[in-house]
Amino acid sequence: MAALIINGLKKVYRNGVEALKGIDLTVKEGDFFALLGPNGAGKTTAIGIITSLIKKTSGSVSVFGYDLERDREAAKACIGVVPQEINLNMFERNDYTLINQAGYYGVPHHIAVARTEKYLKALHLWDKREGIARTLSGGMKRRLMIARALVHEPRLLILDEPTAGVDIEIRRSMWDFMREINAAGVTIILTTHYLEEAESLCRNVAIIDEGRIIENDSMKNVISKLQVESFVLSLREPLAEAPALGGYTVRLRNEHEIEVDVAKGQGLNQVFAELSAQQLHVASMRTKTNRLEELFMRLVEDKPVAAS
Amino acid sequence: MNDVVAMGREPAPAGTRPNLVRINLVGLATIVRKETRRVVRIWIQTIVPPAITMTLYFIIFGSLVGGRIGQMDGVPYTTFIAPGLIMMAVITNSFANVVSSFFSSKLMLHLEEMLVAPLAHSTIVLGFVVGGVVRGLLVAALVVVVALFFTNLHVVHPLVTVTTIVLTAVVFSTAGLFNAIFAKTFDDISIIPTFVLTPLTYLGGVFFSTALLPPFWQKVALVNPILYMVNAFRYGMLGKSDIPIGWAYAIMLGFGAALFGAVLVMLHRGTGVRS
Repeated sequence: MAALIINGLKKVYRNGVEALKGIDLTVKEGDFFALLGPNGAGKTTAIGIITSLIKKTSGSVSVFGYDLERDREAAKACIGVVPQEINLNMFERNDYTLINQAGYYGVPHHIAVARTEKYLKALHLWDKREGIARTLSGGMKRRLMIARALVHEPRLLILDEPTAGVDIEIRRSMWDFMREINAAGVTIILTTHYLEEAESLCRNVAIIDEGRIIENDSMKNVISKLQVESFVLSLREPLAEAPALGGYTVRLRNEHEIEVDVAKGQGLNQVFAELSAQQLHVASMRTKTNRLEELFMRLVEDKPVAAS
Repeated sequence: MNDVVAMGREPAPAGTRPNLVRINLVGLATIVRKETRRVVRIWIQTIVPPAITMTLYFIIFGSLVGGRIGQMDGVPYTTFIAPGLIMMAVITNSFANVVSSFFSSKLMLHLEEMLVAPLAHSTIVLGFVVGGVVRGLLVAALVVVVALFFTNLHVVHPLVTVTTIVLTAVVFSTAGLFNAIFAKTFDDISIIPTFVLTPLTYLGGVFFSTALLPPFWQKVALVNPILYMVNAFRYGMLGKSDIPIGWAYAIMLGFGAALFGAVLVMLHRGTGVRS
């Protein structure tokens, strides 16, 4: 069964802005799905409609077979959501925030209390249970929102930029946590601006831009569409100009660094061989950008994905 | 964050239809518990101010001015105003509780916690209204205690007394919710209390019998719904009223049903809460 099916979803706001121009999307049960796009692309509008916070103009949405219009409550019962914007009650005790949320989904009080302990501990917030959200750091607030979204144990978890403003250590720990949740059977839809995060976590991806889905495939297939990857090579010897490497585009970044475009089908061995032949020694190498980021930029900037 | 699977996390099995009756019953209890806890947590804002205000009313209008007025409708003036002051406390506090709780939830966005949940709109409305009724009745109980320092109180018709105070709290809690739903700024939540509630309450027979008014103004006073509520409550406590009690019940039930229906329609349409 599909966790989410969206057909012809359109949203026109009162001010005339057409945020969604008829998108179609299917997310399989158990998937870890990335929904990517630049600011204002329509991601948050789509999530708002799925979670009933925004009214659609037309189209249909069904969650685990429950139509959001005809069977709204049943559909909503399947969803947990972590919104982009912090929407915690800043003056409520942190454990009550979770206990209340469980109650809104019909979880009996004693079970809600047990689950609150479980998720606050899982997200390293147990020692903050008697404090209020207002006193938490930004990263802690994000984790509290994740715990809140999980406390009714949803089948579909929607994470709208859950790691925004979170330091790298906590972010990686949150990635492990999301992987575990997904492995336990929860379908996850993730939007993020950290494309490394999406590439590392997600199996399938849709890229949305100006209210339209411009790419929707497995992460592997999407990445494979990237025809050119750029590498930055640090050289031991100083250079005055970029060395000529047959069949490769080379740019000089500074006197010790060059940038080499490697097209699909080409290898790096030839690059190293030619540099060695010119008595140039590579000290280190890194990719210029994250591969998904490169692809994303080319797609949304309407550049050809194929090598030029 | 490493032991979630080991902790036995079990998402709801596929094909299990959510029990919407249980969700709404537990959800209602949760909202009422949350609202009641809020009233108690910020007692310095919710309970103490009305107690101080009402004590001042009893001192000034009851003991000082009331001593010179003597009797009204056949009872000492302090006794006459006691039911009106209790109702005044219920009206202002029921309204204030819901309008401020719902509007701040909307402003700080945590109303979304309820809006994304599978709760029926009627459950959300009922939860906030019961929260307002709880505060109204808590404050009323406190005003009764204050009143007992100044006068003797009796309840002539207990059923009328109880039903009137509860229905009035329901009407004004629902009115508070109505105000909070369409409010966009703090100004919007102060307009109705300042320009509607306060004048209607002061002119609603809290401090005087309408028999004191000239005939024309007696008729004008009858368009004020608060007059009926105050008089019905006074009838319950003292056995005296300027208006027929049946009308009071009709007005309370009518206003309550109309406001309840209106807020349900507004929530269904997403007015003020959904884009």
